[in-house]
This record gives sequence, C-alpha cells and structure tokens, in this order.
Amino acid sequence: MTDLIDRQKLSYIAAQAADARLNVELETEGMTLNIGPQHPATHGTLRIIVRLDGEQVVWADPSAGYMHRGYEKLTEVRTFPQVTTLINRIDWLGSFANEVPFILAAEQLMDIEAPPRAQWIRTILFELSRIANVSLFLGDLGVQLGAITPVFMAFRDREYVLNLIEGATGGRFHPNFDRIGGLKDDLPKGWIDETRQVMKKLRNFCDEIENLLFGNKIFQDRTRGIGVIPPAVAQQYGLSGANLRASGVDWDLRRDQKIALAYDKVDFKVWTHPDGDSFARCWIRLQETREATKIVDQLLDGIPSGPVMAKVPRIIKVPEGEAWVSTENPLGEMGYYVVSQGDLGPFRVKIRTASFNNISIVPWVLRGVYVPDVITILASLYFILGDIDK
Amino acid sequence: MIAVDLPYWAQSLLRVLGGTVAVLLPAGTIVYLFLFKMMSFMQSRLGPMEAGPYGSMQLFAEVGKWLQKEDIQPERADKKIFKIAPLIVLVSTFILVAVVPFGPDAFFTDFEAGVFYFLAVSSVSVLGILIAGWSSANKYSLLGGLRAAGQLIAYELPMVLAVVGVVIQAGSMNMQQIVFAQNHGSIFGWDGLGNPYVLTQFVGFGVFMIAVQAELTQTPFDMPIAESELVSGYMTEYSGFRFLIFFIAEFANVGIFALIASVLFLGGWGVPFSWFGWDSMDAVDDWMNIVGPLIMIGKMLALSFLIMWVRFSYPRLREDQLQRFAWKVLIPVSLVNIMLTAILKVAF
Repeated sequence: MTDLIDRQKLSYIAAQAADARLNVELETEGMTLNIGPQHPATHGTLRIIVRLDGEQVVWADPSAGYMHRGYEKLTEVRTFPQVTTLINRIDWLGSFANEVPFILAAEQLMDIEAPPRAQWIRTILFELSRIANVSLFLGDLGVQLGAITPVFMAFRDREYVLNLIEGATGGRFHPNFDRIGGLKDDLPKGWIDETRQVMKKLRNFCDEIENLLFGNKIFQDRTRGIGVIPPAVAQQYGLSGANLRASGVDWDLRRDQKIALAYDKVDFKVWTHPDGDSFARCWIRLQETREATKIVDQLLDGIPSGPVMAKVPRIIKVPEGEAWVSTENPLGEMGYYVVSQGDLGPFRVKIRTASFNNISIVPWVLRGVYVPDVITILASLYFILGDIDK
Repeated sequence: MIAVDLPYWAQSLLRVLGGTVAVLLPAGTIVYLFLFKMMSFMQSRLGPMEAGPYGSMQLFAEVGKWLQKEDIQPERADKKIFKIAPLIVLVSTFILVAVVPFGPDAFFTDFEAGVFYFLAVSSVSVLGILIAGWSSANKYSLLGGLRAAGQLIAYELPMVLAVVGVVIQAGSMNMQQIVFAQNHGSIFGWDGLGNPYVLTQFVGFGVFMIAVQAELTQTPFDMPIAESELVSGYMTEYSGFRFLIFFIAEFANVGIFALIASVLFLGGWGVPFSWFGWDSMDAVDDWMNIVGPLIMIGKMLALSFLIMWVRFSYPRLREDQLQRFAWKVLIPVSLVNIMLTAILKVAF
C-alpha cells in the first residue's frame, strides 16, 4: 500500500507519460477528475481518482476507506452471539448472508452442527438475501445507464423478498437471526406457501428486466465489449462471485466446497460466460437470480422436520483454535478467519469481503476507457461500500 | 381576418403576455402531466398526491421551494457569465416561440423565412449551455458543457435536413404557408384529410423527432446532463432560481419543439380546409383563432408524450455512439429523403 504522497507522485508520472504519448501534436494537458467520495455513481463513499485525456481515462486509482467502521476490531470486544449484530451491516443488502459464514466458523470451533431443518432454513434465507441483493443490482444497473424505470420495478419486487425475510426473522434489513447451533426461531405458519408465490413473481421480474434492459440495443451497445477482464487477470486480482464467473472461470463455493448448508441437496446450474465484459457480468447476475429462485423452490419442497436449535450451553465459550469458513455470498466469496482463545468473544477476526477484492481490479480495467464506460464498468463490477470498507 | 385595430402598445402587451403563456403553459403542463404523473404510473407509483387535488399544485410548491433557496455561486466561478447563462437559455426559448402560428390571425409574427429563423435560433441555447459549463469552475460542468456543444451541433444538421423535405414540398419557408399547404392539400385528389406531411415525409418526421430528442438532451441522448456520470452536467453548480430557469427552459423547449414539429408535420393549428370549404388563408373563419390554439395544444401534448415516453424507457448512449448515429445514419437517411422529395416534387 502506497501512501498519499507516493500515490500523487505516481499519478503525476502516469499523467505526464500519458500526456506525452497521447498529445504530442495538440499539446493539450490532461485533467485529473475526482469521482467521489460523494458522487451518484459510487452509491456510497468510494473515491476514484481518474486522470483524463479528453474523456479517455489514462489512469485510475480507487481510494477506499471513507466509510471504515472497524468491524474487525469491534468484534474483539464482543461475545460470539453479539458479533452477528455487527457483521449484519457489512453487506447491507444481503445481511443474512453475512452472518452465516461467521456462525459456521464458530460452530466448527465448538464442534457442533446445526440440525438439518436449521441448515435448510439457513440456506433458504441465504438465497433470499442473494435475491434481495442482486435484484436491486439489476434495477440500479438501469439508473447507472440513464434508464430510470427499472429501478422502481426492482424496488417493488425486492419488497416481497424483504417481507419474507421480515416474516421469518423479524428484521427487514438486518435479521440477526442466525445462532450458534441453529436458528432463533422456526418458520412462521404459511411462510412456505407465500415464498413459493413470491419466487414466481421474481421469475417474472427477471423476465421483465431481461426484456426491458438486456434486450435493449442501447444497453448492449453500452456494455458489450466494455471492461473486458480475461480469466487469468480475474484470478490474479482475486475476483470472486459473478465477476469471476463472467470471465469464464467455473468456480462457485456453493457447489465446490462441503459446508453445513443444504446446497448439496439441490440441483442447480453454475452459470459462466466466456466474454468477461460488462454485459457478461450483468447477465450472470440475472441468471443467478433465476437460479436462486429455483434453489429456494427445491429447498421448500424437501424441507425436513425437526428442531431448529442444537443443544448449546447457555453461555457460549468457544474452545481455543482457529477456523476459516467462506461462502458464496451475493457479492462473491466472503470469509471469516476466527481465532479463539477460549474466551466469551473471539480473539481476532479477519473478514474477507468480496467487494474489496472486486474493486482492486479497477485501475487495471479502467485504463483507456471513456468516462461513461467508467460508470458502466463500476456498476457491473457491483460493489457495496460497506463490503469494501468493513 | 379579425377587424380589430389595437394601438401599438396594446399589441405589444398582448404579444408579451401571449408569449409568456405560450412558453410557461406547455412547460407546466408537461412537467405535471408527464414528468410527475406519467412517469410515476410507468414506474408503479403514484407521484405527488398531497399538494392540491391529485397533486396538481405540486409544481407551485416546487417553484416556491426553489425560490426560497440560497443563491449559491462557486467561489471561482466567472460570476457575470455564470449569471447570464440561464437567461440565455430561457431567452432562446422565448424567441423560438415567436414564429409558431396558433391560428389564422393568432401568431406573434408572420415571418417569411420562419423555418430558417427557427433553425437558426434553436442553436442559441447551445451558447448558454456552453458558457454555463465553462463558467461554473467545475470539471463535471465543463465536461457536460463540451458534450452538449458537440451533441447539439451534430444534431442541428439532421434537423435542418429533415425540415428541408417539408420546405420543398410546401414550397415556402413561411410557417403559415406550410400550415396552409398541409390543410389545403390533397392525397391523390382526395382532400378529406388535407395532406399532413407526416404521411409523405414520414422519414423526415422520424429524423426530426430523433434530432429533437437530442436537441432537448432527453434520455437516449442526455449525456450533457448524465446524472449518474456527471452529477448534473452543466447544471451541477446551479441552485435555487437559476436552476429553476434551466428547468423551465428545458421543459418549455420540449413544448416549443413539439409545437414546431406539429406545425411542420401534423398540420399545425388547422383542420382540413375542405371540411368547411375554405380555399384560401383569408377564407378561414375567425373562430379558428380560438380552436386553433386548442388543436395546437392537443398536438403538442401528443408529441411531447412521445418524447417523454422515450425518455423514461431508454438507457443512455455513449458520446461516440451518438455522434456515429448522427453522421452515419441520420444524415445519409435525410439526404436520401431530400433527393426523393425533390424528384417526386418535380414528377408530380
């Protein structure tokens, strides 16, 4: 990590080089544009410093940290059950998915396993939070490109999912529902039937978005062939989730690892796209929303009966040890490295969030694109600020 | 002809009042009907409902809000030019409406080269936008202003070429003559509908409406404003009543261009003259001075509905795609259109 002065020096050198290369004849100078921290395209407080030649980017540097909330440190002064309240806020659009890997890591340390029904409900809620998260992305995509109508459809249909999450957990945005050894409660009466209907509505929503946005000539012109990330580069920068699969790398933690969730009981397709451009990233997310509704439907069909909480002591003391659990969250791979020294709370928690790695490719992928494409590429990389800054 | 003889000051007063109404009424109607209500219904929401019955007073509430705001000018802005820019944009709207005829006698000025005047004056607003972008001392504004300049100049050309077809067919550049030619004309000898040029000049009409969309910087072509990229483009630094002036000018321009398009392609204020047996401009009955403006408002609403519908549905093009579209598609198409029109004009 370079400090600010180094960064400014680098920016100056890069700008000089670019100016020399691009404007030998016209003798114009470049312009440094400061996108953010407050800017409509960064939906949060991400700052991107770009050096422009006309409207072409010669150099870009993302500068994160304007919303740093210090979760890794805060977890050290909390007990294990209290941590879920905090980490809910990391990726605020898919909150429940943040809790699961941490709880799984704690369970792994304590060597207990949640009963099957709890695992299935966890998986259902996990996929519901994925749908809630990604459906908003699909609407927001239109706004970034200037089409204002899809976002309202996204908000409308996302509301159904949030109602479901609220019905099951009591929390619309921050459920705080996952417990070490199971779940807080069982599902309420009638929830399963309602979920089936909502999944139908969401498949309709996906069709609508596909017709309205993905089939649009202008949308395709704006996204196809823009911001291409080859598979090797994607892997080097540590991309994960849909961004990686859009580059053609067939890698999905739901399928590829054995964890205490019910993904091995259902049949689903992991979508990949060979292109690696902005369109591919958006398209993969659309397909994954569809796939998630199918996963939820299958899980609802085969949900086992039984308790939702294993036998867990009243006061939770996690034995000494270390555990790493990561899951395929809506934004990509999210993992917790939990170190316990036998106390009530964790000794150290390292949080690996997907967006932080996903935007690390920004300097590479923004080089040479035009300002309008900066916005398209950032939108298609899809980050949540809380997920970057933690 | 109306046989009223008004003194000069009364005529001038009437023209000023009429011009203000002709600019502000379309702007208000379009904002309320389309921006507030139609967009809301398209997006499964209700829009403003609280101010007045069905939210109809919302516009006044908004204007009141803007007027109360602090007049903020950036410290490093070029103050004088910064203040003049919105006025230039608004004035260009007012001088555009001068050539639009609303009835046989209801016009501001019966100008022989009306079409030429409108095409020339419609690019005055570019000047306002460009200096607004330059004087704001903001990089986003500058980018927006430069984009606007490039775009508006590029789309001026297809607009001119699309109108040339109409001028050839009508044989006049006078707006009244164009209205007369459309309503008095006939299609293969049948004059039940007159001959609105949208039927013969449909290519020109399409090109004209696309160019209008770009001139107005409405959505598929709204890169100068591009709120997700450039915050608000050339208007970024404007707030309070200066922003209000930009806002009024934007939607008033939608109305004015819709009026001009309806004059050029939809027959303007007229009804087919054969219905009432009029065979010259002087024979038109006086009541058309009342009905004519209503017909114009109807056509204006229909066309601005089209403009707004596209605005709410489409994503935005990129700057180079926009230029490519203008130079490689619209201009060749309208040139071919002019050639065909000229050949057919000579043939028939």
